[in-house]
Amino acid sequence: MDSGFLTTLVLFLPMVGFGVLLFVDSEKNKEALKWVALGFSIVTFFFSLALWAGFDNANPDLQFVQQWNWLSIQIGSTQISSDYYVGVDGLSMLLIVLTTFIMPIGILISFNASVLKERGREKLYYSLLLLLEWAMLGVFMIQDLIVFYVFWEVTLVPMYFLIGIWGSEERVYAAVKFFLYTMSGSILMLIAILFVGNAAGTFILPDIIAQVQANPNLWNETAGMASSSTVTGSLLFGAFFIAFAIKVPIFPFHSWLPDAHVQAPTAGSVILAGVLLKMGTYGLVRFNLQLFPAESVQFAPLIAGLGVVGIIYGAWVSYAQDNVKKLVAYSSVSHLGFVVLGIFALNSQGLQGATLQMVNHGISTGGLFLLVGILYERWHTKEMADYGGVWKLMPLFGGISLVIALSSMGLPGLNGFVGEFTILMGSVGSVYLNFFFTLLGTIGVILAATYILKMYQHVYMGDNKPAPHADENTYKLHWTELAVLIPILFAIFWIGIQPGKFFDTMGSSAKQLVAYVDESYDAYETRQADLEAESAAQVETNDATEDSGD
Amino acid sequence: MLFDLFGQAFSDKNLMPWLVPFWPLAGFALISLLTLLLQFLQRDFTKPLHTIPATDHNYGGHHPDYDGMDVPYQPFWFRITAIVIGMTAMTLTLFFAWSLVFGALDDFGAGTFGKIPSAEQAVEEEQAAEPEHGATSDCEDCVYQSNIEWMSLGESSETGFRIGTLVDPLTSIMLFMVPIAAGMIFVYSIGYMWHDPRQARFFALICLFAGGMLTLVVADNLMLMFVGWEIMGLCSYSLIGFWYEKESAYNAAVKAFTVTRVADVIMLLGIVYLWSLTGTLNFRDILYNTETLQMLGNTKAILFGSWGLSASGLIGMLVITGTVGKSAQFPLHVWLPDAMEGPTPVSAMIHAAAMVSAGVYAVIRMYPLYVGLSNPHAADPTFSAPLLYMAIAGSFTALFAATMGTAQRDVKAVLAYSTISQLGFMIAALGIGAYIAAAFHLITHAFFKALLFMSSGSVIHAMEHGEHHVHEHHAHAHNRQGHDDHHHDEHGHDEEHFDAQDMFNMGGLRHRIPVTFWTFLIGGLSLSGFPLLTAGFWSKDEILADAWNGTTVHGSGLHMMVFWVLALAAFLTAFYTMRQLGLTFWGDARTEEAEHAGLGGPYSIVSVAMQAPLIVLAFFAIVAGFIGVPPDFPILGSIFSPEHNFFHNLVVYTLPAMANGGAEVFHVEAPPVRFFPVFMSVLVALGGLFVGWLMYWRKPLKAGQADPLIRIVGENVYTTLQRRYYMDDLYDWLFVRPFRWVGINVIKLIDKGFIDGVLHKIAAIFIWIGDFIKTLNAWLIDGVGDGIPKAIFGFGGWMRRTQSGRVQQYLLIVLLAMIAIGILFALSAGALAIG
Repeated sequence: MDSGFLTTLVLFLPMVGFGVLLFVDSEKNKEALKWVALGFSIVTFFFSLALWAGFDNANPDLQFVQQWNWLSIQIGSTQISSDYYVGVDGLSMLLIVLTTFIMPIGILISFNASVLKERGREKLYYSLLLLLEWAMLGVFMIQDLIVFYVFWEVTLVPMYFLIGIWGSEERVYAAVKFFLYTMSGSILMLIAILFVGNAAGTFILPDIIAQVQANPNLWNETAGMASSSTVTGSLLFGAFFIAFAIKVPIFPFHSWLPDAHVQAPTAGSVILAGVLLKMGTYGLVRFNLQLFPAESVQFAPLIAGLGVVGIIYGAWVSYAQDNVKKLVAYSSVSHLGFVVLGIFALNSQGLQGATLQMVNHGISTGGLFLLVGILYERWHTKEMADYGGVWKLMPLFGGISLVIALSSMGLPGLNGFVGEFTILMGSVGSVYLNFFFTLLGTIGVILAATYILKMYQHVYMGDNKPAPHADENTYKLHWTELAVLIPILFAIFWIGIQPGKFFDTMGSSAKQLVAYVDESYDAYETRQADLEAESAAQVETNDATEDSGD
Repeated sequence: MLFDLFGQAFSDKNLMPWLVPFWPLAGFALISLLTLLLQFLQRDFTKPLHTIPATDHNYGGHHPDYDGMDVPYQPFWFRITAIVIGMTAMTLTLFFAWSLVFGALDDFGAGTFGKIPSAEQAVEEEQAAEPEHGATSDCEDCVYQSNIEWMSLGESSETGFRIGTLVDPLTSIMLFMVPIAAGMIFVYSIGYMWHDPRQARFFALICLFAGGMLTLVVADNLMLMFVGWEIMGLCSYSLIGFWYEKESAYNAAVKAFTVTRVADVIMLLGIVYLWSLTGTLNFRDILYNTETLQMLGNTKAILFGSWGLSASGLIGMLVITGTVGKSAQFPLHVWLPDAMEGPTPVSAMIHAAAMVSAGVYAVIRMYPLYVGLSNPHAADPTFSAPLLYMAIAGSFTALFAATMGTAQRDVKAVLAYSTISQLGFMIAALGIGAYIAAAFHLITHAFFKALLFMSSGSVIHAMEHGEHHVHEHHAHAHNRQGHDDHHHDEHGHDEEHFDAQDMFNMGGLRHRIPVTFWTFLIGGLSLSGFPLLTAGFWSKDEILADAWNGTTVHGSGLHMMVFWVLALAAFLTAFYTMRQLGLTFWGDARTEEAEHAGLGGPYSIVSVAMQAPLIVLAFFAIVAGFIGVPPDFPILGSIFSPEHNFFHNLVVYTLPAMANGGAEVFHVEAPPVRFFPVFMSVLVALGGLFVGWLMYWRKPLKAGQADPLIRIVGENVYTTLQRRYYMDDLYDWLFVRPFRWVGINVIKLIDKGFIDGVLHKIAAIFIWIGDFIKTLNAWLIDGVGDGIPKAIFGFGGWMRRTQSGRVQQYLLIVLLAMIAIGILFALSAGALAIG
């Protein structure tokens, strides 16, 4: 119980920061605003590190649990309850650290953002960032469906305003598209959540999982209809899946992403790529796999297939871009296709690789967006044709960029490789997936090299194309820029060279989840076979009765 | 704990292999950090370095690669420090690598080193019958090895993914060759890069390159090997594109990286497939384990399995693709000729010490996997799919590249094609089971090819020097103003661009750079396989002997094909080498530049640093052959191999004893010396050299004279050869353009046109529905809402009209109403009566 306070603390620290920000006089203390926001995000980061340090790798279940009853309703004879229930396990631990790691970076890179200077409203800006952090942490920590849904929806609001107010030219279109797209998926999920809660008699995730474990065919047997029909389970699975697929985004639900990314301010892009998209993949692991293990197995080839299509499609369309930010945005589709492939390989290598790749993608693609942002501050363009010879003009920056670009394309020794390698190991060893999934996935790895190298070649190599109105300070890296890039580099090398700590953290949880899915699927098959036999017997008896009746 | 291990590594030979790649990698890190430190010392951490023109005195005053550019200023101490760090790292590596090699020979002894106890039991009788050579020792696993857990994977917590190091005979010969060749390249680089503004970057990257290669060499599993493999891919990218301002340089860099990356990823697919079948990637767990190999050989492959491909066959084909990319075999050879865009030491590194050797090394390392259940040495030889592929692709590449080599103008291009061709020899040898001959040729080739590349670099350097001299001369003669704004003008004479690498601009260089001439000659003769004296002869001869042995003993057609194709390729090799030597060094200078070529005096640092390594490598290019002289070779055999062929006896225990088809696969005796293959290898070498001499030495070319080869083969063939059989254009049309076209026209259309189109349609429908509802609202809801009061109002108005105040009207209405009611009652009553 007491250890769970740490989780709550991490969760609500950004909210405290949000509260403090409201009392800062934005006219007099413009500087104070950013420092307060940065301070709170860094403190949150350190507390999340404490959480990680105290995390017991051997324990596959939820840790640092805290639970208060939030509401309970009497519906008919059943008591339905929903709790404030936070906890951390191996699958969410790394994502929580990732969130608190990316947030200070997002705040710090905003310190000198020209768009903020132009359009002002810093107080709103930093408040929204902290609000966003709070909501994202909630998504990763909450173990109750209703409360989860609340946090899930809250994440939309700050991002909507971040894009809509501080974005580029077509920001309103992008913001509305982002909002409506995600919202339409969430509505489906809400309906499914209500159904699930009603059927299980509770919204508390571990309790529901216990019921699913007892009877994996639970969803098809609600309302006393013990039929072998799989429609209800599939529909529920589909409702959750579409909500998450839009967020990830899985092909073909991805078209909001490039617009949102291109229009968002740098910090928005970094957080969007770094954390928000992970909510989708995390949701797939946490909800689809845990609530619908049997359906997950059944749909695994389909979803992994979408993932693979996304890998190749995203890479290819990324290669075709002339806009550097769009190129990076589409690369996300490709990378997250890998994560989806890993998750639906449904074995521990795949799942661990996918979880690590979520972190990797947050770091590498977040890093790439930082690079684009830093370039944009100087050249004020996103067209690749307007860049050239940046390596020469900014040698240090060019070197750092090369490392981040290579990490994104999965060069061994850097983080991306470890994730991709493990995912490929998972998918090739998966009993649910055909070899062609791996084959096509590797084609994606090849294509990754083409677009990353294209980007690097056009922007960093070749003839110098100086920034407009360049003076001697233009090519200087500001300390904030260096301060955000160095942690990214550190993470890239750490995961690339010594990923043991990360695999240890998620290992036992991933293994437990995989075993749970396998067992549930077997039980589900047995149960379905029984029900079919039963109904066949029923039909026979009916026939027999009818026969005897005549 | 880490520090303890680090300390132990100095004394414990099982841990020492970690140190071998450690030093260059640390050197890379140190130089990189130093660059940061330098910026810090310049008082502004975040600012780019103070720049000066590349033609500044600090950089030797002349730089064809930096025409009219500004480059960062690097103080002298900094440049020296980078060199010192690089050299120290390489020296330490050399020390530890060689102490491992000689330690192993001392501890285990050739003939025992690398033997696997478990496998030995299988062939115990065989061993009992045949007494051991060399020292016998009671080692358990006669290798140096250690490993640590890298990440926890697998279903149980015990079986984590482990990485480690392994030193077995194959590793040890690489540990002998790589550090010394790389070390010489480092020394040479001091001279070659002496005036280069990016010297520190160069040394950092080349350290990383050596580190990557050594990681690959000492790795005990495929994953770590792949890491080294890819680090080299990266280094080749950044070093080929070292002068990244040049379009040709960055295009070559991207090409090299992309082509090898395609191959690497396919290799990665093979690796993960192997892992899925065996659950481990450790070499000794998989490849040295007969049972696992049997299992892999008997498993049907997941692809083409129905066509009879075994799992080991498929893995072999996939992993070989990686080798085909890295070792530049047909059809993925296209990147290597372009790779000369980098500084010449890099070419030496890529073509000799690292990179391309890595491909062949990887094949030998995993050789049992490729052989599978076949046996090319059996009485009735069988070839698995990978072997067949290697034999055909290797021999084809050997010949194919050799033909292209005959028509090149660029001094480095000739060598580039010869590398492809020589690697074809090795791959072909591997295809017919002659893995020891391949390993032998790998080592000798590394020495003489490194020598040749560095010699050609020294030629180019000398030519650039000559160009500078001539240019200065002209500048002084014509106008002296160019000196003031060297930014734009000094080298802006594109109209008379001089190619310092074109052999037709050279001639007579033997007088200008005699040391280079002699070393180039030794390297060239070794490449041609000049009989008895040179290393190239012995290794090439062994490949041919193996091929001929298969042909005569087993009557195998594949062996025969390999033999004749390689013999022809060897002939062409000797020919183009002689052509190159003749064009470069013989006759008289054909240009003014060649007349003034030089390395800045015999005792200048550039001259010494660039020529001393040549002498060392020339030594190895001769003596490296003597470790593998067949014992039954007349006279020389009894001198160099009194007991047994040292190289053969050492390397043969790299692989396990394994009997496929009733005969031993890997522990085979070297073929006996036969007259015909020796005669052939002497004949092709001398014949090729003679033809070359006839065409290019007897009557050296005059300035402006066309290549006599054109007269013989005709203009069209010559051009085709020069244009590399149009392979680049073919690939461009076949892959690059369609990929780009589909990307831009189809995929973008799907994304923006279709998916977003559908979304916008949905949005439009919603808007339309919204509009519809709005209209409906206006008509119906509002209509009803407003209509009811309106209707009431209207009704009221109408009602008001009835209230006319006329009594007659009222009465009339009452009357009518009464009648109506009466009729209703009557009807209902009547109706009732009827019912």
